[in-house]
Order: sequence, then structure tokens, then C-alpha cells
Amino acid sequence: MTTPTIVLVGHGMVGQHFLEALAERGVTGRARVVVLCEEPRPAYDRVRLTSYFSGRTPDELSLVEDGFLARHGIELHLDDPAEHIDRAARTVTSRSGRTFPYDSLVLATGSHPFVPPVPGRDAEGCFVYRTIEDLLAIEEYAKTSRTGVVVGGGLLGLEAAGALKGLGLDTHIVEFAPRLMPVQVDDGGGAALLRTIEDMGLTVHTGTGTREIVADGPAVTGMHLSDGSSLAADLVVFSAGVRPRDRLARDTGLAVGERGGIAVDAHCRTSDPDVYAIGECALAADGRVYGLVAPGYEMAKTVADVLAGEASGSVFTGADTSTKLKLLGVDVASFGDAHGTADGCLDVVYSDSRSGVYKKLVVAADGALLGGVLVGDAASYGMLRPLTGSVPPVPPEQLVLPAGTGAPAALGPSALPDEAVVCSCHNVTKAQIRAHTTLPEVKKCTRAGTGCGSCVQVIGRLLPGAADQGLCGCFSYTRSELYEIARTLGLATYAELLDSHGREEARGGDGCEICKPAVGSILAGLGGGYILDGEQGALQDTNDHFLANLQRNGSYSIVPRIPGGEITPGKLIVIGEVARDFGLYTKITGGQRIDMFGARVDQLPAIWTRLVDAGFESGHAYGKSLRTVKSCVGQTWCRYGVQDSVRMAIDLELRYRGLRAPHKLKSAVSGCARECAEAQSKDFGVIATAHGWNLYVGGNGGATPRHADLLAQDLSDAELVRLIDRFLMFYIRTADRLERTSVWLERLEGGLGHLRDVVVHDRLGLCGELEAMMARHVAGYRDEWAETLDDPDRLRRFVSFVNAPGAPDPSVRFVPEREQIKPDLTVLTPEGTPAR
Amino acid sequence: MTVQDAPPLTLQIELSGSWLPVCEIARLTPGRGMAALLPGGRQAAVFLDRAGTAYAIGNRDPFTGAQVLSRGLLGSADGRPFVASPLLKQRFDLATGRCLDDDGVSVPVYAVRRV
Ligand code: SRM
Ligand SMILES: Cc1cc2nc3c(=O)[nH]c(=O)nc-3n(C[C@H](O)[C@H](O)[C@H](O)COP(=O)(O)OP(=O)(O)OC[C@H]3O[C@@H](n4cnc5c(N)ncnc54)[C@H](O)[C@@H]3O)c2cc1C
Ligand code: SF4
Ligand code: FES
Repeated sequence: MTTPTIVLVGHGMVGQHFLEALAERGVTGRARVVVLCEEPRPAYDRVRLTSYFSGRTPDELSLVEDGFLARHGIELHLDDPAEHIDRAARTVTSRSGRTFPYDSLVLATGSHPFVPPVPGRDAEGCFVYRTIEDLLAIEEYAKTSRTGVVVGGGLLGLEAAGALKGLGLDTHIVEFAPRLMPVQVDDGGGAALLRTIEDMGLTVHTGTGTREIVADGPAVTGMHLSDGSSLAADLVVFSAGVRPRDRLARDTGLAVGERGGIAVDAHCRTSDPDVYAIGECALAADGRVYGLVAPGYEMAKTVADVLAGEASGSVFTGADTSTKLKLLGVDVASFGDAHGTADGCLDVVYSDSRSGVYKKLVVAADGALLGGVLVGDAASYGMLRPLTGSVPPVPPEQLVLPAGTGAPAALGPSALPDEAVVCSCHNVTKAQIRAHTTLPEVKKCTRAGTGCGSCVQVIGRLLPGAADQGLCGCFSYTRSELYEIARTLGLATYAELLDSHGREEARGGDGCEICKPAVGSILAGLGGGYILDGEQGALQDTNDHFLANLQRNGSYSIVPRIPGGEITPGKLIVIGEVARDFGLYTKITGGQRIDMFGARVDQLPAIWTRLVDAGFESGHAYGKSLRTVKSCVGQTWCRYGVQDSVRMAIDLELRYRGLRAPHKLKSAVSGCARECAEAQSKDFGVIATAHGWNLYVGGNGGATPRHADLLAQDLSDAELVRLIDRFLMFYIRTADRLERTSVWLERLEGGLGHLRDVVVHDRLGLCGELEAMMARHVAGYRDEWAETLDDPDRLRRFVSFVNAPGAPDPSVRFVPEREQIKPDLTVLTPEGTPAR
Repeated sequence: MTVQDAPPLTLQIELSGSWLPVCEIARLTPGRGMAALLPGGRQAAVFLDRAGTAYAIGNRDPFTGAQVLSRGLLGSADGRPFVASPLLKQRFDLATGRCLDDDGVSVPVYAVRRV
């Protein structure tokens, strides 16, 4: 019996998913699989293409796990597109002239961007937005450009516009339809989107088309619009839709749709039973071409089922085109019948033009939810989409009102029917998710949550542990409950707490990596004292354990405290000398201080001896504790400053240094309302006023940025410090594990009003106690590194090897880069077990 | 009965039939580990659990290639001790070396004894 050959044309997102589906079904073991790929690199995450501009490298975008192709014996030919199919001979010929015979041929050629046939469109400086190569070219050209225009205000157009803006171009969007994202959102949503996008400094021209691209010599200089106006432009990106790449199929006489797309049946078979088409190049059995990745994945599975001979395999007859996106930082989602086309349907709309939030639900006469549009706040998308088609258990108006407006809490995922599709990327239902107990297990077994990720939150709330608010498998109490237990019972060790208050089955055991650091932080916060003595030493996360931050190759980074970002030339020189003498990589951090990377664990004491001698102390970059209080230069130098922001930042940083908390704490002080220190993005931020200080709380940068809320105004120095004392201690007592102040404040019942009642008006009579606790912390603070160096016993842990104390770790090696060092990762994967 | 000046207990690990002394048991903190350099440049991670039982596995985290498992936190799941990698937090059973979060992955295990 000869081995059958499967040839795949196109190694894009769907192509790669198809290969994985073949491997999962064992087909790669019994068939030869050949892939022809037009691009110079293997499949990558096109959906996250734009993240290239926020620092993700092409390698990080790759969808092909190391070793996957080799493990399954798949032959991949890069940079060698298929040119011709001979169906009679059953062969495919590639551009390099090679001919590949096939038994089954799968076309996954995707689409190409549509460039409207306007004069001048070939000028230098005109681009499309589809591949990594396109982005590299745009990035290079943007270096010498000032103004960019994106033609097309759809989903991709907005994404491209965000990229141009990020590259520093003055950016315009030209959209032919009367609103942005005409396919996904309605007029109201488009208006909300428009306002928010204009507020970001982009210029939007709707209701007008591009008539002509103007060039001066070879390069574009501007364009004429159909409304008679003109725009200057050094760079143009066409994003006016996509067209299926069906040329190969046309040339070989396969049936294609009138408006393009390779026609397939419910098994994704073309008019030739040995040829299949999947992904964006296919015209599905329901007469639609799907421009989203999730339907493509479904098609890939369908064909893999057919080729695996699975009789009861899946069929593809259509898909949900619901989408949730973050475009230019604005959440936009649409699902179901978003435009309300069904007979007799009604709209429920909430619109707040101040905050740019617009939400519309489309409801049938019998109350069933048909679809909706969410702009500006799409948090409820994960819940609403699976409810489509059923009557929600609460009135629809409650589903659109923002949280905290007096509306009762929106319904939770427990209200979903079992057959509701929770992950639309991988078509996984609530019942399938409920068959598992942990998120990693759900991801591994169903792949739910591994696509766009928008369903992960809902999945978390569906897992059995979700109703159980307990910290982890060892404790059924929350962090704040454990805090109160330890405080009131005076328990001082983890073992006592576990054996007396742990879950039955966990008592007497070793605990786990979740509760140990959490309890370690509670005990450190209550008892004070050196965090690495006795049992406490075994509780700390590895970073706390070595008072430094572990890096990817096993080396550590070192961040001395530089309060307020102020540093003398003498101390700067010490840092320079230490880094030079120990060969460390240095970098200015985002927190106004200096990080030194690449120290081996056995070098830490010697490095810190030098630093402590020069007057430095630990910066707690490793701890769930106060990081930095950033400052602007303030009144002392700045012509606008109204208070001494540097002094205040230093005072606050020294007061709260070393304070252990549920998560890290960040702060900043700005000398006037211009806010150069970005205080409103901090856990507690201070902005000077003519009369004192304004205190903002609950701000966050990071993955889910949140602007801080104004807690109190025009405070004196003493009032400010007292209020921050109370705020921090109240947070430390009541927050969950790894809950930043932003999330805690959002969750706090009664929100900001309640917080103000507790810490400003002292309605609970707690303030005296909170202040006393902070006073104890301030009085008890000692530098952890100075204490460590003083004690030979404590120093004994800082060896690479317990049986060879002087020996350096040979796996920690470096190579030069830009006149400094970087980890040599090649030494980390010796022969034998390959790293994944 | 306690002997006054008993020599300190030493932890040894087995390498192809012979026993390699690693360190005094007292050097280890229950709930934490230490790395040991093996002949030929390989590395092991040795641990004590809360009950004082010793374990040794390979020090190399198979997910990143870094020699760091000795720096992870210990825990127990269903009564079996594990270490969580300090880098990306995958857990490894100390007795079998199996990764609890990815069936296909495991690390070497070494027999230990105290003498
Ligand atoms: C070094 C630094 C990047 C840099 O080169 O500038 C950095 C590096 C790390 N950041 Fe950061 N962050 C650094 C400034 C920031 C900032 C900017 C700032 O502080 O002004 C932010 C956004 C502000 C914020 O936190 O709200 C930031 C948001 C994060 C987050 C997301 C937090 C969130 O609430 O979403 C994480 C992840 C986490 O903590 O769970 C993180 C985690 C990390 C970790 C600890 C990741 C890790 O576990 O290995 C990095 C290790 C540091 C190391 O090894 O030394 N880092 N990180 C910056 C150190 C500042 C300092 O001097 O202490
Ligand atoms: C910037 C951007 C953002 C996006 N965001 C989202 C999103 O948020 N959600 C979503 O669902 N979708 C999104 N999409 C769409 C998504 O990327 C596509 O639906 C998906 O990539 C389709 O997969 P595919 O394999 O069919 O096509 P592609 O990924 O385009 O792959 C087709 C591959 O075939 C190659 N090829 C073509 N002809 C030949 C030939 N003759 N021989 C060999 N190879 C050939 C092409 O070079 C290409 O590499 C986005 C797309 C872009 C560009
Ligand atoms: S915030 Fe105000 S005082 Fe501080 S540097 Fe900026 S402009 Fe000057
Ligand atoms: S919906 Fe995209 S990963 Fe689940």
C-alpha cells in the first residue's frame, strides 16, 4: 500500500490549524503532508499582527510550536507558492518549478487586500496591511513620513490607523460609508466610536471616497476625495476590504462564486471531490465568505475529519460572526442580529456620549435576545453572546446599564443554558467546559480560550471552583478572611493556619504555590520582621526568596531604591561602577530607576555589599509591596509647578517602602495639573493644587488600564499622608490575592462612595486602627538587604550549588548585544529533551 | 535515646548505581530546595518537604531550559508533593518527575538516602 499524499496550499492561520487537526487525528502518521507557503516565514498570528508595533517580534507571533513540523514529518516549502494545478494529473507545480503529486489537495490561500482602482494607487508610499512584510515596509517608510491616511474605516482600517498613529504620524481615516465600522456597528455605535477616536487626535472623514492618489515624482504626496476636498499624505494604507484568493482554483476550472470565493459543500469539498478549500478563500455552503478566523478553524476541522475517515465528522454550514475587538484602545463588540433586521424586533439602548459608551441590544417580541452592539464598554460581551436566542433571566435594560448605577448586579454565567457556545473561536459550549475543573485543563482538552481570549473570564466563572471563593485548593477562605483570622487569632505561622483553618484534605500537607506567598505576605504585613527567617523563608516566592528578580535564564536583576527618581551624581556613578565591575546589563526602568540584569545568585551578596555601602537599599522590585513613587521635577524648577512634588514623592516612598500588600503598589506625585508624573495611572496618585494636594486612588497601567478616582481635594501634607495610610491599610485588609487597587475598588460594594465613607468619614470607626497599623509598619521598617548581609547564616542560601559553594552556574551565560550583555539562550537547550 | 555528638546526617543521591553525597540535611529548609552540581555538569534539585522527606529531580525546567527548579515553591496535591517552577509555574511531581500540567513532559528523578 503506498502512502497517500496531502498537499496544502497556503500556510496561514487556517492552514496551520488544519495541520494541527491532521496531527491530532493521527493522519500525519499515515500520509505524506506537503505544504506550499508563499510567505518567507511559517504561519503566524495574523489576528495579532498589529501587536508587532507594540513590541511583539515576528518570532513571537509564530503559530507553529518549535518542533511541530519535524515531529509530524510535515514538509514545509517556504517562499514557494503554488503556481498551477493540474487536476487531470493530480499535481501542483510551484514557482520554483517543483511538481508535487497529490491524492488530496487543500487550498487555504486566504484573501488579498482589495485596492480600489483609483489613479495613482501604485505610487511609492502606498501600502496594504496583511502580512508581517507589509508591516516592516510601513514601519520603514513611516520613518520619513509625517502624515498618514488610511483608506477604509472598517475593522482593519481602524487597526491600521492605530498603528500609524503609534508610529507618530498625523493620521487620517477616509471611509466611504457614513459611519465607522459600518459592517459591525449601527449609527449610534459609530457615533460613539467616532467621538472617542477623534478625542485621540485622529481625523476622520466619513461619507467620502478616494478619487485619486496624487504623487510628486514616484512618491505619494496626497489624495483627492470624492467630496472635492484634498488631503496631504506621505503614506497611504489601503484597507478597503479583502477578496478571496481564488485564482488557482479559477485557472483549473473549479467552481467559484460570482463575487469570488472557491465554492465548497458542507464538507468543504470543491467541485472536484479531491480538492478542498478552507478559510478566507472558500465560499461556504451557506453562500458566504467568512473573513474571520474562527469559521476558518471550523472548516479546517471539517476537512481533517474527512481525511481521517471519521464517518460522523463535522460539517460546516455557517458560523457566528460575532466579534469583540479592542481597536485603538476602544472595546467594540457586535453579536447576533446586531442591526435588528428581524421582523418586529425592538432595541434597548444605553448611550453616554461623555464616556463614549454605547450599548444596544436587539430583542424579539417574545423577549428573546437577538443580538447587540457594544462600544466603549464590552465587558458583558462574554455573557451576552451565548445568551443569544434565549430569553435572558433579567430584563434587558439591566443588561445595558453600567455597573454601579444602581442597577442590580448583571447576571452571571450560571444563567447560561448548557448548550450556549461560550468560546466561539473553538466552538465550545458551557456543558463541555463544565466537564473540566481547571482553566489549564479546559484549554488543553477543548482549546477554549486559546484563540482571541475574550471568553477566558466567563470560563473562569463557570469552573467548579468559581462558586467557591476560597484562595486555592488548600483554603476555602479568601485572602481577606485569612487576614482577619490570622490577625484576630494571633496566628504567626503558615503551618498553624493551614492545620487549623485549611480545607480538611489539605491539613498537614505542604500547601501550594498559590497560598504560600499569599499567607507569607499576610504574616509579613501583620508581624513585620525579616521575611526570610524560619518558616517564612519557605513561603516567599522565588523572587522574595533571593531578594531579586529571576530572569529567563536563571540569572537575577537588581533594582536599588531611588526614591522619587531623584539621585545624586555620586550614586549614579556607584551604580555605573558596580554594573561595570560585575558585567551587568543596565537599563532605565519605566519606574524612574535603574535595573541591573544578569547577576548569578552567588554574586548577589557581593553586589549588594557595594550598593549598601554606598547608601542604597532594596527597591523591592521583587515583592508584592511598594515599588516606586514617581515624581515630576515640580515647583523647584518647573515654571508651572505649584508644590514641591519631588519632596513629597520621596517622603511617600520612604514612608511606605517595604509595605507588603496583596499586589504591588505604585504611586506618583505631579507638581501641577499637567500631570507629568502620570499620577492618575497609579494605585495612589497625588497632584499638586494651589492649596495643597489632590489624592487619586485605584489607578492602573498594565494590561487593563484604569484612571484613578479623585478621593479628596486640597489636602495639607499631614492630611494627605493620613488619608493614604488609611487607604492602604484598608486595601491590605480587604483585598483578594493579587488584586490591584483598581480591581479591588471596582469590586468594593458601594465603590468609591463606600471607600470615602470608611477612610474619609470614618463611618466604620476603623481609622484609628488603620493608622496605628501603618505607624507600626513605618517604625518597624528595616532594609532587607542590609539585614541579610549582616548575618552569615542568611547569606548561606546565596550559592549556585549547595555541594559546590564557589562554583558559578555554567548554564548562566551571556553574549554581547549593543555593547552590553544578554542571556545566551543557546546554552539552555542541551541535547536530550528539547525545550518547548 | 539521643547521642550527643552524632555526625550530621548527609543527603546522598544515586547516580548510575553509586551514591553521591550532596550536603548536610540541615542545609535544606523544609518546603524549599537547593541545586547540586553533578559530575559531568548536569544539575539536580534537592528538596525537603514539610515532613522532612527528601527528594531529588533534575534542576532543568523543560519549558524554558533554565536550571531553576530548585528555586520553586513546594506544595502538595492529592497528598503528593510537587515543586512549581519559578519561571512559568508548571508543577512537577517530586516522586515521579511528571509534569502535572502537561502530560507529555517530565524531568529525571534521582533516588535519595540519608546517611
Ligand atoms: C523593569 C520594568 C520594565 C522596564 O524595563 O522598565 C518592569 C519589569 C517587570 N514587570 Fe512591570 N516593569 C516595570 C514597570 C512597569 C510599569 C510602569 C510603571 O510602573 O510606571 C507598569 C504599568 C503600571 C502599573 O503597574 O499599573 C508595569 C506593569 C506590569 C504588570 C501589569 C500589572 C497590572 O496591574 O496589569 C506586571 C504583571 C504583574 O505584576 O502581575 C508586571 C511585571 C513585571 C515583571 C515583574 C514580570 C516578571 O514577573 O518577571 C518584570 C520583572 C522585573 C525585573 O525582572 O526586574 N509589570 N510595569 C519596570 C520596573 C519599574 C521599577 O523601577 O520598578
Ligand atoms: C490586521 C488584521 C487583523 C485581523 N483581526 C482579526 C480578528 O480580530 N478576528 C478575526 O477573526 N479575524 C481577524 N483577521 C482576519 C484573519 O487574520 C483571517 O481570517 C485569517 O488569517 C484567515 O486565515 P487563512 O488561513 O484563511 O488566510 P491567511 O492567514 O491569509 O493565510 C493564507 C496564506 O496563504 C498564502 N497563499 C496564498 N496563495 C498562495 C499560493 N498560491 N501558494 C502558497 N501560499 C499561498 C498567503 O501568502 C497566506 O500566507 C485579521 C486580519 C488582519 C490582516
Ligand atoms: S506636572 Fe506640572 S510641575 Fe510637574 S513637570 Fe509637569 S508641568 Fe511641571
Ligand atoms: S472566544 Fe476566542 S478564544 Fe474563546
